[in-house]
Amino acid sequence: MSDMTTSMTPGSGGRTEQLLFHESTDHHPANGTLLGFWVYLMSDCLIFACLFAAYGVLGREYAGGPTAQEVLELPAVAVNTTLLLLSSITYGFAVLAMQRNRQNPMLVWLVITGLLGAGFITLELREFAHLISIGAGPQRSAFLSSFFTLVGTHGLHVTCGLIWMVVLITQVLKKGLITANKRRLLCLSMFWHFLDVVWVGVFSFVYLMGVLP
Amino acid sequence: MLSHPDLAKLIFGRLTLEALPLHVPIVMWTFVVVALGAIALLGAVTYYKLWGYLWHEWFTSIDHKKIGIMYMILGFVMLLRGFSDAIMMRGQQAVSFGASQGYLPPEHYDQIFTAHGVIMIFFVAMPMVTGLMNFVMPLQIGARDVAFPFLNNFSFWMTVAGAMLVMTSLFVGEFARTGWLAYPPLSDIMSSPDAGVDYYIWALQIAGVGTLLSGINLLVTIVKMRAPGMTLMKMPVFTWTALCTNVLIVAAFPVLTAVLAMLALDRYAGTNFFTTELGGNAMMYVNLIWIWGHPEVYILILPAFGIFSEVTATFSRKPLFGYASMVYATVVITVLSYLVWLHHFFTMGSGASVNSFFGITTMIISIPTGAKIFNWLFTMYRGRVEFELPMMWTVAFMVTFVIGGMTGVLLAVPPADFSLHNSLFLIAHFHNVIIGGVLFGLFAGITYWFPKAFGFRLDPFWGKCSFWLWVSGFYFAFMPLYMLGLMGVTRRLSHFEDSSLQIWFLIAAFGAFLIALGIACNIIQFVVSFKNREALRDVTGDPWGGRTLEWSTSSPPPKYNFAFTPRIHDHDAWWMMKKYHWQRPLSGYLPIHMPHNTGAGFFMAVLSFVLGFAMIWYMWLLAIVAFVALLVVAIGHTFNYDREYYIPADEVGRIEQSRTDLLASHV
Repeated sequence: MSDMTTSMTPGSGGRTEQLLFHESTDHHPANGTLLGFWVYLMSDCLIFACLFAAYGVLGREYAGGPTAQEVLELPAVAVNTTLLLLSSITYGFAVLAMQRNRQNPMLVWLVITGLLGAGFITLELREFAHLISIGAGPQRSAFLSSFFTLVGTHGLHVTCGLIWMVVLITQVLKKGLITANKRRLLCLSMFWHFLDVVWVGVFSFVYLMGVLP
Repeated sequence: MLSHPDLAKLIFGRLTLEALPLHVPIVMWTFVVVALGAIALLGAVTYYKLWGYLWHEWFTSIDHKKIGIMYMILGFVMLLRGFSDAIMMRGQQAVSFGASQGYLPPEHYDQIFTAHGVIMIFFVAMPMVTGLMNFVMPLQIGARDVAFPFLNNFSFWMTVAGAMLVMTSLFVGEFARTGWLAYPPLSDIMSSPDAGVDYYIWALQIAGVGTLLSGINLLVTIVKMRAPGMTLMKMPVFTWTALCTNVLIVAAFPVLTAVLAMLALDRYAGTNFFTTELGGNAMMYVNLIWIWGHPEVYILILPAFGIFSEVTATFSRKPLFGYASMVYATVVITVLSYLVWLHHFFTMGSGASVNSFFGITTMIISIPTGAKIFNWLFTMYRGRVEFELPMMWTVAFMVTFVIGGMTGVLLAVPPADFSLHNSLFLIAHFHNVIIGGVLFGLFAGITYWFPKAFGFRLDPFWGKCSFWLWVSGFYFAFMPLYMLGLMGVTRRLSHFEDSSLQIWFLIAAFGAFLIALGIACNIIQFVVSFKNREALRDVTGDPWGGRTLEWSTSSPPPKYNFAFTPRIHDHDAWWMMKKYHWQRPLSGYLPIHMPHNTGAGFFMAVLSFVLGFAMIWYMWLLAIVAFVALLVVAIGHTFNYDREYYIPADEVGRIEQSRTDLLASHV
C-alpha cells in the first residue's frame, strides 16, 4: 500500500472522516459502445493485415498464369475508388445532418451513400466476373487467390455495411433520431470510413504496386 | 423422394450412414454411455421441472456472474472429454511395443491427439479463463455488469456451439488427424479429404467469434466501468492481467480467424494459399498460426498469474510485494508475446540471424516472469502464510512452473531446439507450463472464488486429495517424457519398436492414472461440498479475509453486485475499507439500472452450429437456410430497443436487509 494510507491512522478522526467508500448517488459508467466498436474495428483491421501479408508473400506467385499487370485495369478501379471515397464524404454529411437533428436530410445523405456503395460493389463484381471469364479465377495461382480474398473480403465488408445501412434507415424511420439510433449511426460511420481507409491500402498496395513491372 | 440422388445430395451433402461409427466398438460404447448420460440428465431436468428455471435464470441470463459460472461448467465438462483422450493416449503408448499394436488403430489415435489438444486449449483452458475473468473482474472493479451484457451471453453460447461441433465429430464422421494446429499440406483437401479438418475449422471459427467478442467486451468493461477513484495503478492485479489478456485476445484471435479462413478457402474453393502447387506457401500458414498461437499461451497464463497474485497476498496477510513491478512485468510479457512466434519452428530454416533474434526474445520473456516469481516469494516472506488450498496450488505452481520455464529457455536455444523439436521433451515442456501454470492457477482460482460464487466453501479434505493426486500425477506423467525426449523419441507416435523405452511410458501412464484419481476427487469434492453446504456456508461474504472489492459484497453477490457503487482510494480497496471500519449503508437505496435477459444469443449460437454442421457436410441448402435465419435473428434483435429495466429501490432494500439480518445472526 502506498504512503498515503500508512500516513493516516485508521479510526482516529481527522482526515479519516473525509474518506468516503461508496457513492450515495446513482453512478452511471460512461457508455462504452463507441470504444468497443473502435476496438472491434482494430481487430478487423488485423484480419485485413493478415490478408495484406498473404498478398505480400504471394502477390508475385503467378505460377505461369496471368500477371497483375495483365489483369488489373486501373481506369475501372479509379472509378471504383472515386465512388467509395465520395461515399465517405456523403456519410460525413449524413452525420452532420444527424447532429443537427435533421432527420430527412440525414436519410437522403444515407441513401446517396448507399447508392455509391452499391455502385462500388457492382463495379467490383463486374471486375471479378471478367477475371473469372478470362481464366484468371482465384484457383489459377497463389497471386489470384490472395488477390480475390483480399479484395473480396473488403467487398464483403462493404456489402455488410450496405445491409446495415438499410436496417438503420428502417430504424430511424421507425424510431426517429433517438440516442440509440444516433450511436448506431456513429458506429456505422466509423465502419464505413474504416473500409475507406482499408480500400486506400488495397488500391495502393494491390492495384498501383501490382501494375509496376 | 430421397431416392433421387441429386435431391439427397442437396439435402444431406456428403453425409451418409457410413459416417456413423457403427463399426468402431470403442466409439459406439462411448456413444452409448454419452447418450445414456444425456438421457438421464435431460430426464432429471424434466422430472424436476427445471427447464423453465434453467431457461429464464441461466441460459438467457446476461448476468456476468451466471455466464462466468456457465463458462466454468463448460470448461469442466470438456476437461473430462479432453482427459479421456489423454488417458487413451497414455494407455496406447504404454502397451504398443514390438509385436503389440495396442488397442487404438493409427487413424483413430491421430484423431485422439488432435482432439485432445484442441479441446484442452480451446474448450477447457479458454472457457475457464474467460469464466473466471467474467465472474471476478466486474466485482473487482466495482461494476454492476460488463459493458455489453447481451454480447457476453452470445459469446458464451458461441463457445458452446464450437465445443458441440467437436463433440459431434466423435459420433458423426471423424475429427482432424492433423495435430492441434492442422498444418498444411497435411490439412489440405488432397491429404485430408474427409470432414475431420472441416470440423476443426468450423468449431474454431464459431468459438473464435465468441472469444473475440468477449475479449472486446471485457476490455471495454475494464477501461470504462471501473468504480470512481480506481485509476489504472489501483486496479487489482487479477484485473490487470485480465486487461492484458483481453488486449491479447483482441490482437491475436483475428489472425487465427484469417488463417483458418484461408485454409477453408483452400479446402472449399480451391484457392492456393497453402498448397504445394501454383505458388502456394505452406510455411505462411505456420507463421500466421503461431502469430496467434504464441500470444494464445499468454492469454491463458496471464490470468493465472493474476490469480496467484491475489491468492498469495490474501493468504500471506500482506499487500502484494512490488505491485508496480508486477503490473509492468505483465505488460512487458504482453508485448513480448508478439515477438517470439518463430521459436515454434526454428527448423523452418530462416537463417542464423532470424533464429537468434527469436531465440533471444524468447529468453528475455523469462525475465519479467522471473520477476513475478520473486514478487510472490517476497510477498510470502515474513507473511503469516496460511496453507489453505488455493495457497497450496500456488506453491505447487511456483515449483512446477520454474521447472517448465527453465526447460523453455533450453528450447529457446536454436541449436538445442534443432534436436529437441517435435520430441517428447517439447510435449513435457508445454504440459509442464500449462498444467503447472494455467491449470494449477485455475484450480487455485476456483477454490478461492467458489464461496463467492455459491455462498459455501469447497470441502478441504477432498480438495487436498485432489491436489496431491494432481501434483504427483503430473510429475509421474511428464518427467519421463523429458527423459524420452532427450533420448530422441518424437511426438504423436502410436507404436514403438524399442522395448527398452517401455518402462518410461508405463511410469507416464501411472501418472495419468493418478491424475484420473485427482479428477475423481474433484468431482467428489463438488458433491460433498454441496451436501455439506450448510456447514461450509460463508455468511460474511469474506471467507478468506480478502483484500479486493469482490469480498465486500455478499456471497453469492446480489444480481446488481453492489447496492452502492464503491469509491476507491488505493489498491486493496476492501482491505482499506475494513481498516477504516467502513459501515455498510443501511438506507438511502436507489433504483438500479439493469439489462433484460434475452434468448437471442442462444438462438444465434444454435443457428451457427447448424450452419457449421451444414458447411462441414456440404449440405448447401441447409447452410443457406441457416445463414439467412442467422441474419434474420441478428437483425431482428437490433429492433429490440427495450433492453433495460430498473430494480426498484424497495427490492434493493429488501435484498440488503436480508443480508443485514444474516450478518447479524452470525456475529
